[in-house]
Amino acid sequence: MEEMLREYLPILVFLAVAIAIGLVLILAAVVLAVRNPDPEKVSAYECGFNAFDDARMKFDVRFYLVSILFIIFDLEIAFLFPWAVGFKDVSMVGFWSMMVFLAVLTVGFAYEWKKGALEWE
Amino acid sequence: MIEFFTTTTLGQGLLIIGQILLIIVPLLVALAFLMLADRKIWAAVQLRKGPNVVGAFGLLQSFADFIKYIVKEIVYPAGADKVVFLLAPMISLVMALIAWAVIPFNDGWVLSDINVAILYVFAVSSLEVYGVIMGGWASNSKYPFLGSLRSAAQMISYEVSIGLIIIGIILSTGSMNFGDIVRAQDGDYGLFSWYWLPHFPMLILFFTSALAETNRPPFDLPEAESELVAGYQVEYSSTPFLLFMIGELVAVVLMCALVSLLFFGGWLSPIPGLPDGILWMVIKMLLAFFVFALIKAITPRYRYDQLMRVGWKVFLPMSLAWVVLVAFLAKFELFGGAYARWAIGG
Repeated sequence: MEEMLREYLPILVFLAVAIAIGLVLILAAVVLAVRNPDPEKVSAYECGFNAFDDARMKFDVRFYLVSILFIIFDLEIAFLFPWAVGFKDVSMVGFWSMMVFLAVLTVGFAYEWKKGALEWE
Repeated sequence: MIEFFTTTTLGQGLLIIGQILLIIVPLLVALAFLMLADRKIWAAVQLRKGPNVVGAFGLLQSFADFIKYIVKEIVYPAGADKVVFLLAPMISLVMALIAWAVIPFNDGWVLSDINVAILYVFAVSSLEVYGVIMGGWASNSKYPFLGSLRSAAQMISYEVSIGLIIIGIILSTGSMNFGDIVRAQDGDYGLFSWYWLPHFPMLILFFTSALAETNRPPFDLPEAESELVAGYQVEYSSTPFLLFMIGELVAVVLMCALVSLLFFGGWLSPIPGLPDGILWMVIKMLLAFFVFALIKAITPRYRYDQLMRVGWKVFLPMSLAWVVLVAFLAKFELFGGAYARWAIGG
């Protein structure tokens, strides 16, 4: 256990180094660059007129749908990972039960397709 | 001296930081020239000269750009959430960088030799979506908001196929460690032993998904300048913008490394008899990057509904079917065990 966790220590250090690089770059601009904001400069970008509305508005429901589909399929991939790693030791029962699982998933996928959840006009 | 680095805590810490710098510094320096190469290839395809003023052949162009970014003003748009606004480019850069902790460059040359390496890369590159969506939301401007929504939807759509393609590779290898995956591709036939041959359809799918995942042309819809100006980056300036750009390019180079590790045998030599080594790994990554740059120059941009249709209706069913096919081929050890590398002692 101790030995296994030690392999993850470099990743933590790497994370700290990466954060440090990002902070140094942002701070460099904060220190070196002149700051001279005026209302026109900081106003939100629009095509030729003043922004009239808050930009955090309602958006298309299809983006929700895509993320829900993503969660389903990503979970399924998470199920597949341990099965794939131990594949050479998996018995025929294990092999066929995963095939049944994938078949059920395919039926669900076909249903989504038929219902039009994958359509973008 | 050696004892200092292996036994004491301080020594071990210094050793780890030294190794990390040995990865990050060459990577970032290489990035400066890859950015130039990207522009040069693009220019050559369009019969232009490209950057050619700063240094010989424009070799110092990226460094000049770097200095220019640092002395520019950081503009916070009115109504922006300042903390999230600066956090977004940080996430984009940090997540792209830390994936390199598990990438091996030669046999045993890896910072952190964990047994779930590929799962770690998969997880970390998923988190890059947060940088994009936070950047778009924090700007409080319409173009970045729409751009970030599109970008996030596109990235998660293609991640599903990438995950399934990776499953196929793991099925053939029986391990998630990059070292094991490369060693499983070592055979008597040089480059014909690598996974690109048995997994050929997935190589094409993986490469295309990698383009979509990193928002590269022809799938650069988030920054389609004709409709969304520059997507989630519209309101960014100075070094926060630079961080987004570095993060994006580091992710591209990471995809090049993944292509060469998963399909082209990493550091293995293509001709039997020649010594294996880091040189082969670098050559394969550069070739992959060249193809990335060439595709940027020669393909027209996709329409958004076409992009989503290809992702969900073509790539997903194909990669799912491939996983089932590989499972059967590996289970019954067909084709001389080409899909079950543990069986032939790979």
